[in-house]
Amino acid sequence: MVVAGTALFAFNARKVIRNIKLGKAANRSDKPQERLMTMLKVAFGQTKMAVRPVPFLLHLVVYLGFVIINLEVLEIVIDGIFGTHRVFAGLGGLYNFLIGSFELLAAGVWLACAIFLIRRNVVKLKRFSGVEMKSWPKSDANYILITEILLMSAFLLMNAADAKLQALGVAHYQQAGAFPVSTWLLGLLPNNINTLIFIERFCWWFHIVGIFGFLNYLPYSKHFHIMLAFPNTYFSNLNPKGEFTNMDSVTNEVKAMLDPSFVPAETAPGKFGAKDIQDLTWVNLLNAYTCTECGRCTSVCPANMTGKLLSPRKIMMDTRDRMEEVGKNIDKHGADHQDGKSLLDDYISREEIWACTSCNACTEACPVNIDPLGIIVELRRYAVMEESVAPASINAMLGNVENNGAPWKYSPADRFNWAEGD
Amino acid sequence: MEFKVPTMAELMAAGEEPEILFWVGCAGSYDERAQKITRDICKILHHVGLKYAVLGTEESCTGDPAKRAGNEFLFQMQAMTNIEVLNAYNIKKIVTGCPHCFNTIKNEYPGLGGTYEVIHHSQLIQDLINEGKLKAEGGESFKGKKITYHDPCYLGRGNGVYEAPRKALEVLDAQLVEMKRCKANGLCCGAGGAQMFKEPEKGNKDVNIERIEEALATEPQFIAAGCPFCMTMLNDGVKLKDKEQEVKVLDIAEITARANGL
Repeated sequence: MVVAGTALFAFNARKVIRNIKLGKAANRSDKPQERLMTMLKVAFGQTKMAVRPVPFLLHLVVYLGFVIINLEVLEIVIDGIFGTHRVFAGLGGLYNFLIGSFELLAAGVWLACAIFLIRRNVVKLKRFSGVEMKSWPKSDANYILITEILLMSAFLLMNAADAKLQALGVAHYQQAGAFPVSTWLLGLLPNNINTLIFIERFCWWFHIVGIFGFLNYLPYSKHFHIMLAFPNTYFSNLNPKGEFTNMDSVTNEVKAMLDPSFVPAETAPGKFGAKDIQDLTWVNLLNAYTCTECGRCTSVCPANMTGKLLSPRKIMMDTRDRMEEVGKNIDKHGADHQDGKSLLDDYISREEIWACTSCNACTEACPVNIDPLGIIVELRRYAVMEESVAPASINAMLGNVENNGAPWKYSPADRFNWAEGD
Repeated sequence: MEFKVPTMAELMAAGEEPEILFWVGCAGSYDERAQKITRDICKILHHVGLKYAVLGTEESCTGDPAKRAGNEFLFQMQAMTNIEVLNAYNIKKIVTGCPHCFNTIKNEYPGLGGTYEVIHHSQLIQDLINEGKLKAEGGESFKGKKITYHDPCYLGRGNGVYEAPRKALEVLDAQLVEMKRCKANGLCCGAGGAQMFKEPEKGNKDVNIERIEEALATEPQFIAAGCPFCMTMLNDGVKLKDKEQEVKVLDIAEITARANGL
């Protein structure tokens, strides 16, 4: 089962990597030290979560619980393979301390997930709603939380049954571990030894199967962020947020236009900007798989909060959905299949991309450095440079910049008139 | 104005070079409200005796609105033409009157052959205060007045400049009050990303109304701005809320000039 579970995950993870590689090249191999520090701070240290203290603390408990309790999975697996009982019990006091801490953390995770469920389904925080948070994304979040609660319950119940069996002196169940939390569950358990063994075994299997099931759920889920947050922050944009990329393909053409003797370097012809996911960079696509749909970006977006269609979270979710669709097409029909659809228009509308003020509130708010603005800009570039389709007032502004060197219809000769005022 | 604003062409003809070039920007050149800010920046430069010059009619749009709107061609055409002018004049240091020009020249020109030390006028004012060349004396007193500062996106989040404009206000001995959403969490005025030049998409509110309501909630006498586009949006908001008598929207440069009686 361990082998099958891991192999299936590897199979799906390879597909995700293949999909990400559908994107164009982008160089993010510079400044490795700064990148490592960013990853340690933002992903490992979760510094950007701290802006909102309540979810920060709850999330921290779940995060620590996930990382630390998984140490116990190692023992569970070894016990399973060799038929031992609590193989690390030889650690003595340290072992008791560890199991005790796992139990406290498990209870913390249980409670945090329950609070998260309440925030989503009872309190109905605004951040967790929106046009993009219907059907699957909504259920996805609840499935994850319920699964975590069930896993933690199984873990605690397993310990409780084990503790009771130990107390009853049943063979194979040697004294080991401290059970500060599951002690409280003892009263719920029957006294029949066989039933106890069944409960202990059932929970053991439930926990181990659950973990491998969960692992294989990740590539289909927003919960993939628990892994991708690390590469995503490592490869995130380190330049000032206000800076947009300069397009080299354009530089060549402009240089050739301004200086006829300029010979541009050989570059592959391609379209300007992005119409579909293949026109975005792999960093944009990695961003999309990393998004856990927390909605911090959308909640601070000036366009969204004033009732416009634009939602930065939806930009990321659309990109991922389209990428999945393209991936499935490749699986079914081969790499060159065209389905006549595209990210722009079939997923993201013109109205959405033109509502953006490029204020960077979304990129600032994202706890894992996702950049929805980068995608919006590429879509605008396609609309304007490939199609010449933009709102009329934008076209007028562009015409003015081109003809008068200013976004308004003023004569360049009047540019210095301000000095004549008082 | 009581003095003549020097142009690069004149300085070059006289065989001189300025310490700093003042990049005015399109709004600062043509927009009537922003022109006042432009003149106040010149008054400050003149007052402290810094050797400066402007490009005058040789200046052209940085290309910022074209780039944000997705027209990279037009942006690079503007950028390369401007870089040619700037490099021909051997420009080393630039102060801009607009965070959008500031961001574009500072971050996006180097890749196209134009590398300069670029500062926003609030940073210049902060430097002048730190060097003791600029104080808040001889003019209008802002002592105890309630001022709230609105962070422009391309100065704040875009380039991490949060302290300079606040330092320029602190010297006034005024009462600085922060809006709920400030600094890295500041709310956009609604004009960025080429929104200044188009009608907003359908929604239930204008962004500048959302922002002005937050600003007015601090009950300020002055709203301080650092960007000509924010200035337009905030002014429109104050007018719509019928608060023109009680609340004035002023640029950091205007406040500094007033405090020094310039």
